[in-house]
Amino acid sequence: MSFDALLILDVLLAALLLMLAIAALHSHSMHQSIILFIVFGLVTALAWARLKAPDVALAEATIGSGVAGALLLAALRDNRSGSAITPSPGRPAWQVLSVTYLVIGLMLTAAWAFLDAHANNSGPRLGGLVQAELANSGVGNPVTAVLLNFRAFDTLLELAVLLAALLGVLLLGPARPAPRPAGPVVTQLVAWLTPLLIVSAGYVLWVGAHAPGGAFQAGALLAAGGIIMRLGGSRYSGLPSGFWMRLIAVGGSGVFLFVGLAAMSGDASLLQYPRDWAGTLILLIEIFATLSIAASLVLVYLGGRPDAWAPDQERGHA
Amino acid sequence: MIDLLSAALIVSGLFFYFAGTIGLLRLPDTLCRLHAVTKADNLGLGLLVFGLVLQLSEPLQILKVLLIWILVLAASAGGGQLIARHVQRDPGERS
Repeated sequence: MSFDALLILDVLLAALLLMLAIAALHSHSMHQSIILFIVFGLVTALAWARLKAPDVALAEATIGSGVAGALLLAALRDNRSGSAITPSPGRPAWQVLSVTYLVIGLMLTAAWAFLDAHANNSGPRLGGLVQAELANSGVGNPVTAVLLNFRAFDTLLELAVLLAALLGVLLLGPARPAPRPAGPVVTQLVAWLTPLLIVSAGYVLWVGAHAPGGAFQAGALLAAGGIIMRLGGSRYSGLPSGFWMRLIAVGGSGVFLFVGLAAMSGDASLLQYPRDWAGTLILLIEIFATLSIAASLVLVYLGGRPDAWAPDQERGHA
Repeated sequence: MIDLLSAALIVSGLFFYFAGTIGLLRLPDTLCRLHAVTKADNLGLGLLVFGLVLQLSEPLQILKVLLIWILVLAASAGGGQLIARHVQRDPGERS
């Protein structure tokens, strides 16, 4: 009975995902497309949760749906107020759509092949290996163990990519002006939500050691706090200026690299933490990574240098 | 007994969601639709949360569900007010 009920839920979720994707593609106004895309992200997060991948679900909900949605809406607003968009001739709709449906077909084929391989149990599996080595990783959550220990090199490079993106944004020049405050209700809401988001970011960061969570999800939550402050009319979104900002920006990849290199002082290789220290070192790396990720995402949302960084201007109030 | 009560609460919560959605689809202009959605959905959410709390045993879980309830209430109140302000400032988008 319970199995059947869950199967109905799964089929509904899958159908809803496809419908939302098609609706977002066919929608006539850009604004509507973005809203549908945000809803699509939230339903995707539900689908990940149903697939028993809560880490991915958290990341999808916070980054894929929340922060990306805010970025898209900000980009749309900029386009409206600035130079008028001239509708590019582009490709005819049927071409775009046929390519889209071709891709959907390919994805379904790939999913079928994956399920087939999974059912026949062919090929090597790494899941068992991770579970077997989990006790040596310093954390109890297999996802964090893979991201911050077994495959730490990949995560280090991801943080470097984020740093490169942040430097690119800073080169774009000053940020767009903050929106005017939208009245007392929103101001009060911002005043309540921001501390709550900071606390939940800390919780998600801490809990990532043994349960779903981690630096990327915590960073996105912290960034959400910054974006909300910005929408409440704050000029700097809670970002520090000058030296401290630079320190936070390079902190993620910097501390990661430093710990990785320090591990080499023995006869271990790069990023091979000493076993007894692994948990502490991973937490240290994650704290700085969270700050770095949050600052990068907020800066991308601002779309340039916060105006507090202008040389002659002193940062008055946050 | 508790199961029955919680089922009754959840079903009546779903009824209010249903009514709110019909309002969203059928009512003539933005302010009316906003009224239907925020009122009916908040009541529906309250009944849903109350029904779910009866099913939980650990205090921490109950606290989490109640926190979700408060957050959604605050977000929908703030969001509803924002949309209403926008309509008031820009009456062209009323319909």
